[in-house]
Amino acid sequence: MAVHEAAAYPSGILRLFLPVGVLLVLALAVAVPGLLTAADPLAADPLNALAPPGGGHWFGTDHLGRDVLARVVHGARHSISIGVAATVLAVTSGVLLGLAAGLSPKWLDEALARSFDVLSTLPELLLALLIVAITGPGTGNVIFAIAVAQIPNYARVIRAQTFVVRRSGYVEQAVTFGRSRTAITAGHVLPNVLGPIPVLATIGLGQAVIASSGLSFLGMGPQPPAAEWGAMLSEARNYLRVAWWEAVFPGIAITLTVACLTVVGRRLQRRIEGRT
Amino acid sequence: MTARPAALLEEARSDVTGAGRPKAGLVGAVGRRLGAGVAVLWAAATAAYLALLLAPGDTVDILVGDGPDTPEIRARIVAEWGLDRPEVVQYLSYLWRLLHGDLGRSYQLQRGVGEILATQAGPTAQLTLAAAGTGVALAGIIAVVTAGRGRWSRGAASAAELVSVSVPPFLIGILLLSVFSFTLGWFPVSGAEGPRALVLPALALGLPIAGVLGQVLRGGLERALEQPFAVTARARGLTERSLVVRHALRHALIPAVTLAGWLTGALLGGAVITEVLFGRPGLGQVAMQAVTGRDMPVVMAVVLLSAVVYVTISTLLDLAYRAIDPRIRG
Repeated sequence: MAVHEAAAYPSGILRLFLPVGVLLVLALAVAVPGLLTAADPLAADPLNALAPPGGGHWFGTDHLGRDVLARVVHGARHSISIGVAATVLAVTSGVLLGLAAGLSPKWLDEALARSFDVLSTLPELLLALLIVAITGPGTGNVIFAIAVAQIPNYARVIRAQTFVVRRSGYVEQAVTFGRSRTAITAGHVLPNVLGPIPVLATIGLGQAVIASSGLSFLGMGPQPPAAEWGAMLSEARNYLRVAWWEAVFPGIAITLTVACLTVVGRRLQRRIEGRT
Repeated sequence: MTARPAALLEEARSDVTGAGRPKAGLVGAVGRRLGAGVAVLWAAATAAYLALLLAPGDTVDILVGDGPDTPEIRARIVAEWGLDRPEVVQYLSYLWRLLHGDLGRSYQLQRGVGEILATQAGPTAQLTLAAAGTGVALAGIIAVVTAGRGRWSRGAASAAELVSVSVPPFLIGILLLSVFSFTLGWFPVSGAEGPRALVLPALALGLPIAGVLGQVLRGGLERALEQPFAVTARARGLTERSLVVRHALRHALIPAVTLAGWLTGALLGGAVITEVLFGRPGLGQVAMQAVTGRDMPVVMAVVLLSAVVYVTISTLLDLAYRAIDPRIRG
């Protein structure tokens, strides 16, 4: 078994450092996009529209003559910050709800656990669409919709962890020493249930980026002319016949981001599992 | 505590009657599973209703959406949803209507929601079934070809899996369109006429499924091939291929069945994007138009329908699971 798993993911520097390196470049693009490209992502140049990659425009230009490289780099800010914000919101609410369920009396725990079940019977995208139908499109609403759809993933794990931790020796001892419920929850239970979160959140961030690009592709996310990867793909599909580059580069950006996050998350998981 | 004596009694009785117990266990398990399914559906309906109530703004405004807004229509909405009555009565009458298959009315399209869904369910069913078939068949091929076949093909299969969880579903569609419709001209660009128009959408929706499912099936196959029964079968002179096909695949199916929930979700969610991208009619298009036009009765009905599909499929597969794996029948 162990041999097979190791063979499936040949170890080596490439496997960890390459994805981490890509993620650092992406972080740079989110923080200071100006460092990676000098062009303005919103500057239209109709005379130079749909120019193929090369020369002045490495990734070509789009149907309005905007530099595709500049739009991909600046798009990182939209796409990745939506993903990060949704993940942070989902993790925070998931941890709180999972902890609450795990520490509540049985009836309340049952009610919370069943509501996580119901949330996860709906496909993430449909649930997000239901929420956007109520709130209307826009960046904040997309973040909220994705976060709600992902809460059960975190809440379920935290609930299960809480069950284990609350029966552990150190919690029992803290109870014996007469420490208050709040102090035990904050000081002993919470830190010890968070173990699986880094791995889950890294992989979840990737899935949030995909979900946000999907919603933007459907026109629910940041509105034009904002350079968001999913929205860029949505515009690009009208020009597929003549300009593949307008679709391919933002597509590669999404795929690369998610693949790197997934690989890093899985490596992290292996590291943690190997240690315990 | 009360359950324990009853269980003991049950056990004692089955010792006497012998074959009686598994049967009672089966009926009980099926009953419990169905009960749980109904409970989830009730909760989903309630959640959709709560979403409507919690939405900011006046409920009548939300139900009108972007549709025509006249005093007559407003009066009709108030009557239909019982908005002039106490909230409990509103909620109960909503559930009552759902139980009778009345999904309400779209004020934007001026038609019954049930009627809209019924006319659009066909193309979506075609698309999702074709995609599921493509995905499962490809996954089977990937698993059988790569299982126990050394490092290189295993690496390729796990790379394929990584790509399939990382590519946004619509990008595969865009690439397929770009290559096979625009460049080669083999398939129509949009629409739903004839089987040729189904090929690319089914592939776009089915390929990501094949990647993930293939990886899981392959893992299951490799574990199965290390089991004692595999050694016995090899000793009997079975070729590796027929060992895989006739014996090991059945074992590999067990972990794959647990993915059915994920698969259903991926298909239903993916259908929305695939239909929009390929300009196919169907429930996804209906859902999209309803979301853009803020046509809440339709959005709620689509969400409920997908919950019904999900619950039905996962219940059926749970029961199928018992058929595949005799160990959990008892």
